[in-house]
Amino acid sequence: MHGLGFDIAHLLAGSLVLVSLTMLYQDRLYALLNTYTLHAVVLGLAVAWQAHLQAAPHLYITAAIALLFKAGIIPVALHRIIVRLGIHREIETVAGIGLTMLAGIGLVGLAFAVMLRVTEGAALVAREDVAFALSVVLLGLLIMVTRRNAVSQVVGFMSLENGLILAAAGAQGMPLVVEISVAFSVLIAFIVIGVFLFRIRERFDTVDVHALDRFRGERR
Amino acid sequence: MLIGSLLLGIGALLGLSVLALLVGGRHWGTPLIYAAGLALSLGLLALAGAALLRDGPAQTLVLPLGLPWIGMHFRLDALAAFFLVVVNLGGAGACLYGIGYGRHAAEPLRVLPFVPAFLAGMNLVPLADDAFTFLVAWEFMSLASWVLVVAEHRGADNVEAGYIYLAMAALGTFALLLAFGLLAGPAGGYAFASMRAAHVTPLVAAAVLGLVLFGAGAKAGLVPLHVWLPRAHPVAPSHVSALMSGVMTKVAIYAVIRIVFDLLGPPVWWWGIVVMGFGGASALMGILYALFETDLKRVLAYSTIENVGFVFVGLGLALAFRADGMAAAAALALTAALLHVLNHALLKSLLFYGAGAVLGASGIRDMERMGGLIHRMPVTAVAVLGGAIGLSALPPFNAFVSEWLTFQAILLSPALPQWGLKLLVPAVGALLALAAALAATCFVRLYGIVFLGRPRSDAAAGAHETDPFSAAAMLIFAGLALLLGVVPGFALDALGAPVAAVLGVHMPAELRLPWLSIAPLAASRGTYNGLLVCLFIAGSAALVAAAIRLFAPRRTTRGPAWDCGFPDPSPALQYSAAGFAEPIRRVFGPTLFRSRTSVRMPPPGETRPARLVVHSHDLIWETLYAPVAGLVAAASTRLNVMQFLTIRRYLSLVFAVLVILLLVLALWR
Repeated sequence: MHGLGFDIAHLLAGSLVLVSLTMLYQDRLYALLNTYTLHAVVLGLAVAWQAHLQAAPHLYITAAIALLFKAGIIPVALHRIIVRLGIHREIETVAGIGLTMLAGIGLVGLAFAVMLRVTEGAALVAREDVAFALSVVLLGLLIMVTRRNAVSQVVGFMSLENGLILAAAGAQGMPLVVEISVAFSVLIAFIVIGVFLFRIRERFDTVDVHALDRFRGERR
Repeated sequence: MLIGSLLLGIGALLGLSVLALLVGGRHWGTPLIYAAGLALSLGLLALAGAALLRDGPAQTLVLPLGLPWIGMHFRLDALAAFFLVVVNLGGAGACLYGIGYGRHAAEPLRVLPFVPAFLAGMNLVPLADDAFTFLVAWEFMSLASWVLVVAEHRGADNVEAGYIYLAMAALGTFALLLAFGLLAGPAGGYAFASMRAAHVTPLVAAAVLGLVLFGAGAKAGLVPLHVWLPRAHPVAPSHVSALMSGVMTKVAIYAVIRIVFDLLGPPVWWWGIVVMGFGGASALMGILYALFETDLKRVLAYSTIENVGFVFVGLGLALAFRADGMAAAAALALTAALLHVLNHALLKSLLFYGAGAVLGASGIRDMERMGGLIHRMPVTAVAVLGGAIGLSALPPFNAFVSEWLTFQAILLSPALPQWGLKLLVPAVGALLALAAALAATCFVRLYGIVFLGRPRSDAAAGAHETDPFSAAAMLIFAGLALLLGVVPGFALDALGAPVAAVLGVHMPAELRLPWLSIAPLAASRGTYNGLLVCLFIAGSAALVAAAIRLFAPRRTTRGPAWDCGFPDPSPALQYSAAGFAEPIRRVFGPTLFRSRTSVRMPPPGETRPARLVVHSHDLIWETLYAPVAGLVAAASTRLNVMQFLTIRRYLSLVFAVLVILLLVLALWR
């Protein structure tokens, strides 16, 4: 399986990690959303290439779902949410960009150190894929942790989900049902979170999660 | 098969508790459920009795429930059968008593469904034959009894008692879990059969002994693990108190016998010292606590601790004798312990029924407000008198026999080879003798203050006799206790099979002796004949009664009570419960309870009475439990901050833990 096929799979999965790292330092919401769209497109390509490699036609469906929902519907909807909430001018960072990037690089290194060691004996493509996928998941968590705006936390969560789908596509023999259910759960989570965003907004005039904490009577 | 029928009966008890959920709210629900419980308990009692008297190997059964591929193993041997007899005897009594007493329950739905469930749990423990089944049944029993402790949830006492009980029960189960883990070993043979076959190293065996004494000892009320018992037992409804004190502590003793004698392999001689030490301490401390307590039901709960101590001394002796190869002596000690288990189950149930009858009739638990109840509740008074004589270990009642047998075993200790045992066993014997004498004081005090004299409060003056069902339960148990004391030979012979199931040998049959005497060792070393003693007591009493009839005026005349020369209108001048125990407090109080008495004199010229105030400390609570409780409270105050973090902080925590785990994974190999 070495050769061009492996190289392209490697390229696409590596690009996914790269885009995740890019998302880390986007401090404007539109920019973050656009990067996320790119993330979903790369994911779709990576999954499609896996489908080609493994000759598994059902993975094409997964790729289509990724492209349709994650690169299409969700970014558009989030755009509209941002416009309606009127927060498109907001800038947010919690930690400095340099520090966040360093942490992200460290996480990618950690993911590789763990995964390459744990998956010894598995097929090379799968090993690379799973290691990249874990990096994407960890980076998604890092995005969620470093943001204080609810919308960007949702975006972080979605990118984390992308990492899971990459892992699912890389592992051979993952049934389609699992992927579809993952896709739908993400969609439902998205809807629920969207509804909540508007409820929060109605009550507090902001989607900064700090407002929630203040409302709970925090003693910090 | 007997075991199958027993399990069916237990299933029926569980079904009954579901039924109780449905009909518990109706006014006819209470008697119906208790009557059905009585019928089931009697059926189970008959089955267990048949199993006890049957010869033949143990029956086993595997049900495809519980953990997949393992199932639940059950086994019925003579030891289990004996404890099932105890459980179902107590259960039948409690149900009969409950038919009448259950009417007092304010919220029957908080009690009714859990009594049959509690009975089912206690029935299941002796039948269990693997660690999983045992622990599930054990925990089921604990939780069902916990629900019953907090059934009357209005008082702060009840909630606190429930909390402490739950904490101690959880710790105890945890200790048992660890003990089974050690016994199963790395291969994980959790069936009792494989534990029996396996051999553990001496160190592991000692650890298992400690864990079992902690786990089952906490449930049985062994000092210093007893703190929950006098809080939890009294606040439950009285028939449940009887079940907890009379029966559940016995199930804990069963656990000790099953694990230490049966599963753990041959004992080492110093095990006996440990078990006896805890037993002796429990006997003395339990009865001292009981003497200084004035809440009627708590007195009874503390007395349970004393009797559990007696049983544990018997078990410790049996371990020591067995370790040194003195099989006949070990059989004697174990027989005495088992007989005391049965005796105490009967007597303590009886006394708790009596306390419940008093509570139902007058609404008071404080002995200082009772008095004169013998005129208002004659049937209860007679039954409780039987129980009080029994627990004071006086002939012709049954507890005398078992305590006498225990002392017979203690007298064999000079034959033991180890000097430690030679010196320690007589010391424990002296401790037990002291405890037995104090127990007699305690029950004289209890009976005198509650039933004799004049009423100390309006509530006591207005008391009335209890209902016929409760009275029947009390009288039947008093009769059984007397019967066991008069013809102990039958009970001793029936105990042959359980003792043989554990030790391989049993005491010689007693019924061969003339006149139903018992001679545990040899006729030259002491015999006891309950029948003759009983006949003598009855005869001499009849003689005295006849003489009084003959020489005294014919008609009974009632006059004013003797007032020592002071014309006294107040019943408060009678002996009080605290006053009766004061001489004993003077002896033991300063050392064991750091108690001191002070007099508060009013200033000159004031007419206020002087007051005698007693300050005492529960040293066990203050040294062992209060520091732990303080630590837990401090730690939870610190951790309380964790409850109010922001969402982002929670996410960060999860993230940090994930990264740390991955780091460990990366660095490990």
